Formats: sequence, C-alpha cells, structure tokens
Amino acid sequence: MNFPDNLKYTNEHEWVRVEDDNIAYVGITDFAQSELDELVYIEVETVGETLSQGEVFGTVEAVKTTSDLFMPVSGKILEFNPALDESEGDDPTLVNNDPYGEGWIIKMQISNPGELDELLDAEAYEKMVS
Amino acid sequence: MKNTPLTEKHIALGARMAEFAGYNMPISYTGIKEEHHQVRNKVGVFDVSHMGEFIVRGKEALQLVQKITTNDASKLSIGDAQYSCFPNEQGGIVDDCLAYRLPEDMCAEGEQAFMIVVNASNIEKDWEWANRHNDFDTRLINISDQTALLAVQGPKAAEALQPLTQVDLGSMKYYTFTKGAVAGIDNVLISATGYTGAGGFELYVDASRAGQLWDAVFEAGKAYDIQPIGLGARDTLRLEMGYCLYGNDIDDATSPIEAGLGWITKTKKGDFISRDTFARQREEGVSRKLAGFILPGERRVPRHDYPIEDAGGNPIGKVTSGTMSPSLEYPIGMGYVKTEFASPDTTIFIAAGKKRLEAKVVKPPFYKPQ
Repeated sequence: MNFPDNLKYTNEHEWVRVEDDNIAYVGITDFAQSELDELVYIEVETVGETLSQGEVFGTVEAVKTTSDLFMPVSGKILEFNPALDESEGDDPTLVNNDPYGEGWIIKMQISNPGELDELLDAEAYEKMVS
Repeated sequence: MKNTPLTEKHIALGARMAEFAGYNMPISYTGIKEEHHQVRNKVGVFDVSHMGEFIVRGKEALQLVQKITTNDASKLSIGDAQYSCFPNEQGGIVDDCLAYRLPEDMCAEGEQAFMIVVNASNIEKDWEWANRHNDFDTRLINISDQTALLAVQGPKAAEALQPLTQVDLGSMKYYTFTKGAVAGIDNVLISATGYTGAGGFELYVDASRAGQLWDAVFEAGKAYDIQPIGLGARDTLRLEMGYCLYGNDIDDATSPIEAGLGWITKTKKGDFISRDTFARQREEGVSRKLAGFILPGERRVPRHDYPIEDAGGNPIGKVTSGTMSPSLEYPIGMGYVKTEFASPDTTIFIAAGKKRLEAKVVKPPFYKPQ
C-alpha cells in the first residue's frame, strides 16, 4: 500500500496535498479506498462553503458501506473533482484506482494553516493503519 | 479471534480479512462487485466454516426439533433439508437455521437424527437454548468446531464439482442432500442449498480435510474459472434475493410473521415455542412488516438503521439491510414499516442524513436469476 511522503494524513483516512497560497487538494487514502471496496458514488454538495476542521464535506458510497468525508483542516471548498461529479458523468472508481492523483475529491483554500501541524505524516499514518 | 481451517489459505490468496462473529474471515478477494457477478454468472467458493452445526439424535429427536423450530420437521424425509428458525418465548427469533434429516446409519434402533445448522454469531446462544429445551430422550452434539463448510455457488457449480464425485449432482433437487465421497474424502455431506439464489452446493466436511477439499474444488473448477468469494458478496447476493440476515433483518425482537417468514412458521404442526403467539399474529395481523424496497435512479444507498418515513416525514419504520445491488445497479433494501406501508408499489422515504430518498416497496426477490 502506498502513502506518499509529500502528503499529510488524518485519523479519518483523508489526505491533504498543500500547494502554493494555501490551496490544497483533499482525497481519501489508499487504505481507505481498499477498505471501502469499489466506490459507487461520491457526493459533495458543499462547494463554496467554508467549513471547520472535522466537519463533514461529503459522502462516499461503496457497495457495502456509506462513509462521511471530513475536512482535514478548516477552509473554503473551491471545487469538487469534475471527474467524480455525477452531473459531469462521473467515474467513482478513479478513487480506487488512483486515490492520490486522478481520484482527488476536493480543492480547498486553507483558512488556518496552523492546523496542518496536527495532521499525521506518511510514516505515522502508515503505522496507524498497519 | 478464531480461525477457520482455511484462514491461512485466504490470507495467502491476499483476501481482505476482518472479524465476523468472532472469526477471522475473508471479506473480499478482488472486489465485492466482481465476486458477486462471478457467483451470479459462473461459480465461486465461500468458506463458511464459521457456521455452527448441532447433531440431534435419539428416540425423540423429532420432538425436540419440532419444539424448538418453527417449520414442520416431520415433513422431512431422510435426505431433505428445510429452512427454519428457533423462536423464543416472546415470539421473537433466537436464530434462523437449516434442519437436515440425517440417514439413520449412525442411529440405534428406533432413533432418528437431524443436523441443525446455525449462524456463527449465535452458536453459544443456540446451543444453550437447545439444551435448555431438551427434556426428551435425545442427545445434542455440537460438531461446529470439527466441521468445515464450503459453499460452491453459481450456475456452473454442478459441472465444476462433478469430476470430484460419483454422486450425480445435476439430478439433486434444491434442499436435498446426500453423503458421499468428494475428491477422495469420504462422508462429505453434499447439500443442494445455499444462501445466494445462484444455485449450487454446500459441502460439509471434517475440519481436518477442509484444505484438501478446498484445493480439489479449485483444481476441478479451473475449467469454469472458479474463484474464491468473500462475505461481502455473500451479503449482496443474499440481499438481492430478499433473504434475511440474522442481526440485521431478524433478531430476538422480530417475529417470523412480521419478517415474512410465515411460510416456515407451521402453526398447525403441533405445539412449539410461541406457537400461540404466531397463530394469533397470523389471524389478527401484525402492526409492522418487513418490506423490500428499491430506489431506481438513486445513487445514495439506504443502510441499516436509517429511518423510514411517509410522504409527510412521519416515522414509519427503519431500514434493516441496504446495498447497491450489483446485478440491478440501483440501491435496494429491506426494513420494517407499519403494515399499511408494506404493500407493493407504496412510496416510502428513506432518511439518509440530510437527504430524503424516495423508495418503492416491492415484493422480493429483487433480482430473478436466469
């Protein structure tokens, strides 16, 4: 299982990749997609909203389970990955096949970068799930 | 956590493992959907060795089985199996089970023998329950730990297994069984049963020979692309058929009449635990019923414990099972609703967090295999 070093991780199995100007991409980890099994739907209806760390920003449906998606840090949701958006003809299995790349879920503007320090690095996350 | 005799094989195959009913069980090998289609279209093998098996043997074996189960075991000839359940004294369900009427080769003169197969999660509870009600000239023997069980399910199951046995598998009727040699292993109980709706066989074998049988089944099934199947697909397969899962759809507080199991509740067979309650429920009706429902076009999936509402948002029940049906490609589910909402074509609403999903009541099975 793959846990890239350039990402930060949460206990709820989201990852965050921080780019310039506190813009970040958020998705679910390889471990999470593997545990969920094949995804059948991803719902994000919070684009444009500002949510606090730990708040629910969306939902993933797998065959067997439904799982909420939690904000890894506080901020504004700028975009829902169009490749996962139902209205754009979605392919939820992108998250299974490429969880850190094509399967990113939201793009966000981080409002409190200090919160990043509370997240896990790759080594700590891997230790948690193994 | 307990292992089955095949746990090492599942791990070696790379299965995603998880605890189920105290056992370390394979949930999925390649993916639930793929495994589901494998069983519907071809053939797959489940390790369900975690299930419990009790032998009931003695001069009054039938009386004990009749007292503690709802179906009419007197209708069973040697070689027949039936679906049944253990009722409790409050009109609820201790467990659902299979009852097999065994050959009498192991019996003394005047004795009969049955095998009762129960859910893994309930083995201790059922064992205690059966013994507590055994005031008959009959012995109970718990063979759960020394019995392994492979379910070989799918339209190609008979063809795939046939090279392993002299028993003519194709001619076996649903819910019958026979004992015979399979893959050179004597005394395998070959049962034309399963909980998938895909057809096939369940093979009860001594735990010490389980690995040998598993390997032989995969070798013989190669020509049919046989694959191992996890408990994840077992759940989606049974739910597409509208079969109840103990702990989800039925439990100590649900009546078989409410659960749509009136067909295995034979209130005219003679006295048994809670018979009068069930006879009264059948006559007077029940206030809630287990209803199947579908959500064509919906992508959100109803899940266990989601509230069910009427059009006005009033609570009318709760979801007991729900999944995205791999065969139908839309969500399906079951749940208890007030009886007036349980008729086919009734529109009901499932509260999925902030969302309200419109669902239509249907009579299971949801999916009818070819």
